[in-house]
Amino acid sequence: MSDELLGLTAAEQAARIDAGELSAAEAFEYWRGRAAADELGAYLWVADDTPEDAGTLPPIAVKDLFCVRGVPSMAGSRILEGYRPPYTATGVRNLEDAGVRVLGKTNQDEFAMGSSNENSGFGPVQNPWDRTRVPGGSSGGSAAAVAAGTAPWAIGTDTGGSIRQPASLCGIVGMKPTYGAVSRYGMIAFASSLDQCGPLTRDVTDAAILLGHLQGRDPCDSTSLGIPDGVPLPTAERLDGLRFGIWGMEEPGLEPGVAEQVNATLARIEELGGSVEPIELPTAGHGIAAYYVIAPAEASANLARYDGVRYGPRAAGNGDLTSLYEQTRHDGFGEEVRRRIMIGTYALSSGYYEAYYGTAQKVRTRIAQDFAAAFGEVDFVVSPTSATVAFKLGERTADPLAMYLSDYYTVPMPLAGIPAISIPCGLSEGLPVGFQIAGPAFSEARILDAAHALEKSIAFGGVPVT
Amino acid sequence: MIDRDQVLHVAKLARLRLTDDEVDRMAGELSKILEHVETMNQLDLEGVEPTSHVVDLTNVLREDVPRPSLDREVALEQAPDATDTGFRVPSPGAS
Repeated sequence: MSDELLGLTAAEQAARIDAGELSAAEAFEYWRGRAAADELGAYLWVADDTPEDAGTLPPIAVKDLFCVRGVPSMAGSRILEGYRPPYTATGVRNLEDAGVRVLGKTNQDEFAMGSSNENSGFGPVQNPWDRTRVPGGSSGGSAAAVAAGTAPWAIGTDTGGSIRQPASLCGIVGMKPTYGAVSRYGMIAFASSLDQCGPLTRDVTDAAILLGHLQGRDPCDSTSLGIPDGVPLPTAERLDGLRFGIWGMEEPGLEPGVAEQVNATLARIEELGGSVEPIELPTAGHGIAAYYVIAPAEASANLARYDGVRYGPRAAGNGDLTSLYEQTRHDGFGEEVRRRIMIGTYALSSGYYEAYYGTAQKVRTRIAQDFAAAFGEVDFVVSPTSATVAFKLGERTADPLAMYLSDYYTVPMPLAGIPAISIPCGLSEGLPVGFQIAGPAFSEARILDAAHALEKSIAFGGVPVT
Repeated sequence: MIDRDQVLHVAKLARLRLTDDEVDRMAGELSKILEHVETMNQLDLEGVEPTSHVVDLTNVLREDVPRPSLDREVALEQAPDATDTGFRVPSPGAS
């Protein structure tokens, strides 16, 4: 297969398969070759062969933490090294039912805890725009694979920004749906009240197609609702009458080059017939503080199951059960995961619960109220996705708090449970800048339409294929 | 401020062995993170209800009908040590 496919979106490839000009098996084989030749560390596993039934759509790169039957699914952690689950996550199964086959499993921050992919138990991922820089995280492998053209499209998960931030840093589209839109069954859990699966794609149309297949109510996840009206393909080319509230442009950490591209995008919104006004989210600035109580607290409970008994490697300890647990968990978990387990356990421990977890849950309520008030004034809340372009590998690893602050613009939405997309809106210092559009719960179709209109106007087109 | 003793206490609760160096480093890092977390206290949260989850659902129930589940053999396949019928571990009372 020629490199012609490289220039096509997944939807364009699907159209060729539909028209009989390309077989799904040819597409799979082409992308398998691309994925196997990856040099960025984006993959932890690539399919050995083209499946007998290659489906009807281009194949997909799947973040490691999705359980896929018989395929290594380790959530980027040494504590699950070699784990091959006996069942497949509902989101992945929905894609398989729609004719999408799994191309490979992508690298990620261990248990999705990180903003740079440097916390993977299996090595970092390089950003295809500049290999000395991070791809973002935690879905860094998925983002880098799509940006570098080693996958036609990918899925990831977003707990505090883990789809949108790497999409922003790699110059692609990434969407976190409304909490409950996609089943969490078979997603190795990080923070259960926040985790949500979503697409990482070349363009907005591909994101809509994937989300349409992913979403749905699932008896195996009692918090799943699906998207009531489904996900129609976006068609809008204008933004007439739509009101956009811009937030966060006064943040001290916002890079001038990022602000410039975001401002240029706001001007495009007005050119397309939309209006832009500043909007206040008075509590959003406390989002990081609340998030770094709630997410570690939930993680400390979710990660209690990794004890060297049912799956993964086991350390002997001193020969008794408690030291077997303690040594297995010491050896298997990376530094950041241990840190989060410690924060979460502390915050939930007797005497501190109300001061930390109770307070954080109240902040969460206030953030949701801020958004509700904003959506009384405007249709969408927009902002930069990340205050900075991709940073250097190693630049923030010495300072956990500095790394946490990378999620400033993306953390409030999952706390409120609402959907948001990041689309590439330009370059700063030769690196991609992401523009974030958030809307009320289950407004995915409207967000995708607005993103589609903007995408046409921006004409980013920059995939640094090598 | 989190001191060494608190770190050791929490590590015990979390069933996490830490080396001496790790205990010291953890004390410093957790203190710095919690200092940021405590900026939440600048907010007036009087009368605000806590949010534990964002889905507008309560008591999602289903019919209590038995369904096939994983075969025991399959469920035991990934264990580092198993017998035919269960996971094998050292005696909890061994030490």
